[in-house]
Amino acid sequence: MAIVGETGSGKSTLAKLLTRVWERNVALVDGEVYLEGVEILHMPEHQFRREVRWWKIGMVPQASMNALNPVITIGEQMIEPLLLRGVPKAEALRLAMDSLESVGLPRDTVYRYPHQLSGGMKQRVVIAMALMTRPKVLILDEPTSALDVMTQANIMNLLKELKARMKLSYIFITHDLALASELADSIAVMYAGKIAEIGSADDIYSSPAHPYTQGLMSSMPTLRIDKQLASIPGEVPSLISPPPGCRFHPRCPYYVERNLKGICDAKEPPYAELKPWSGRRHLAACWLYQEFISGR
Amino acid sequence: MAVPALEKDFSDTPWVRGDSLVVAHRLRTWYSLKRGLFSKPIYVKAVDDVSLSVSRGETLAVVGESGSGKTTLGRTLIRLLKPTGGELYFDGADISAQEESELRRWFRRRVGVVFQDPYSSLHPYHSIQFILEEPLMIHGVPGEERLERVYRALEEVKLTPPEDFLYKYPHMLSGGQRQRVAIARAVIMNPDFVVADEPVSMLDVSVRVEILNLLKQVQERHKSAFLYITHDIATAKYFSDYIAIMYAGKLVEYGPFKPVIREPSHPYTQALIEALPDPDPKNRLRQRKVAPGEPPNLANPPKGCRFHPRCPYAMDICREQEPPMVEVRPGVYAACWLLVKR
Repeated sequence: MAIVGETGSGKSTLAKLLTRVWERNVALVDGEVYLEGVEILHMPEHQFRREVRWWKIGMVPQASMNALNPVITIGEQMIEPLLLRGVPKAEALRLAMDSLESVGLPRDTVYRYPHQLSGGMKQRVVIAMALMTRPKVLILDEPTSALDVMTQANIMNLLKELKARMKLSYIFITHDLALASELADSIAVMYAGKIAEIGSADDIYSSPAHPYTQGLMSSMPTLRIDKQLASIPGEVPSLISPPPGCRFHPRCPYYVERNLKGICDAKEPPYAELKPWSGRRHLAACWLYQEFISGR
Repeated sequence: MAVPALEKDFSDTPWVRGDSLVVAHRLRTWYSLKRGLFSKPIYVKAVDDVSLSVSRGETLAVVGESGSGKTTLGRTLIRLLKPTGGELYFDGADISAQEESELRRWFRRRVGVVFQDPYSSLHPYHSIQFILEEPLMIHGVPGEERLERVYRALEEVKLTPPEDFLYKYPHMLSGGQRQRVAIARAVIMNPDFVVADEPVSMLDVSVRVEILNLLKQVQERHKSAFLYITHDIATAKYFSDYIAIMYAGKLVEYGPFKPVIREPSHPYTQALIEALPDPDPKNRLRQRKVAPGEPPNLANPPKGCRFHPRCPYAMDICREQEPPMVEVRPGVYAACWLLVKR
């Protein structure tokens, strides 16, 4: 699943929530997260750490390739958590080498320092780190945003191959709808802290339902497809005081066009079931798809 | 409005039009890394033997990965950097070796630049009014005219009403608004030549289009020569007439935008286009045929063709000799041994 949204849409916070590495000033964590039928959001921390984080859910945080310790070899950084777990050093090192090999790096990368590696290689190292313990779910937070197009394509090729080979589930966080289509079976579009639309990738690309998704699609420059570019007017709202009702209504073209005053700006829209051809679930949080409006 | 053709021989670089406003011929900008007091300096060949031309009213997109030398090229063309070698002409005058004091007298007012990062290119202690007025003061525009031109510039970049923005400071604006201020500053002197260095790469997707459209409008209104530097060909598509692809400091392909994109000749251009994702779920999990590895270190670039270590078609000659630029199709030039008829 790809989570797509602009800066400030809350997509990284969502990822941090899933691995429970939230910020210190977090004031409220509510709701439930299930992994293989077990609720993990309110599980005791020591249990979460022993059983879930990194063991079942791996994570490649945003810009983590730049967070490698410059004075410690790659190998030492990779095996540290395993040593804490009581794995013998030789065994841990072998696991690290295996993991590096699986992401297309030479085994002796364990003896290198971060400055000896290029950006693409460092990104591979952090992916290898997350995969060392063979998690089932891998959360990737903008894994290619600091990389060049060609390196990005190489990393995407790797992610595609790993997914097939290791039967991984990905939660892929990106601001780039085009990049999301490379990997995602399903897509969740976030806007101002909310999921605006969620559904299968095929349905969302062929018929985006939420006005925000439609805006994102038409504002995306494409090389091969000729189309007129249109932008979404206005700016992403501040989350300290988000707009009332639907958070997108101040920028929404239909709000004015269909004269939805008193609806969109008054109450938060519920999710509407869209029933696409494909038969897969497709939901959009938009008043347009509520019967009393779509019918009028 | 063409510049009188230079009395120079550019026949070794036939894609350069001598009657253009900006003409660079075999331009070189090297940085020196001094290792020790007595050791020979090592040169980083950021721009090595690049020839191109930009006429009034047209846009040249310079595309390349980071480290390809595209930013160095842009900065050399507006003489923020002094070229190490080659020739550089602006409106018929050789500016490759002119001193800053000389350039300031006539050249600086005729060029503008928009930098990549609107968060660091605007002085945080200066109000928007001062940011826009400063170039006018430096170039001696009388006081009564200045404010009017600041108003007009703000209107042109759609920061309206202007009086709402005059007394604001950069931190009070969003990224898109800051980039509008940066564009207004670049064009307030009505320049003949504007360099935009990755102007949208730091912006959010939903505001990117507005800035691209704005750049296009500004370019059309001022009929200036435009150099658009980017790593993203898709954003260049919307207003570029010509495209120059750079790799490791070298020009690898040059030509009119659409023909080059439709049928890229150089293996690097092909890989670059292949690497671009489309918003199309048909590509899901498809392995893209892109060049493995990463661009070389420019202090010690590979011998022969600089792309050969990553090229799927590399031959013996590629490892030995640098390929010449040859005309592949009318107006399209590429530097690859595969395309050289022997």
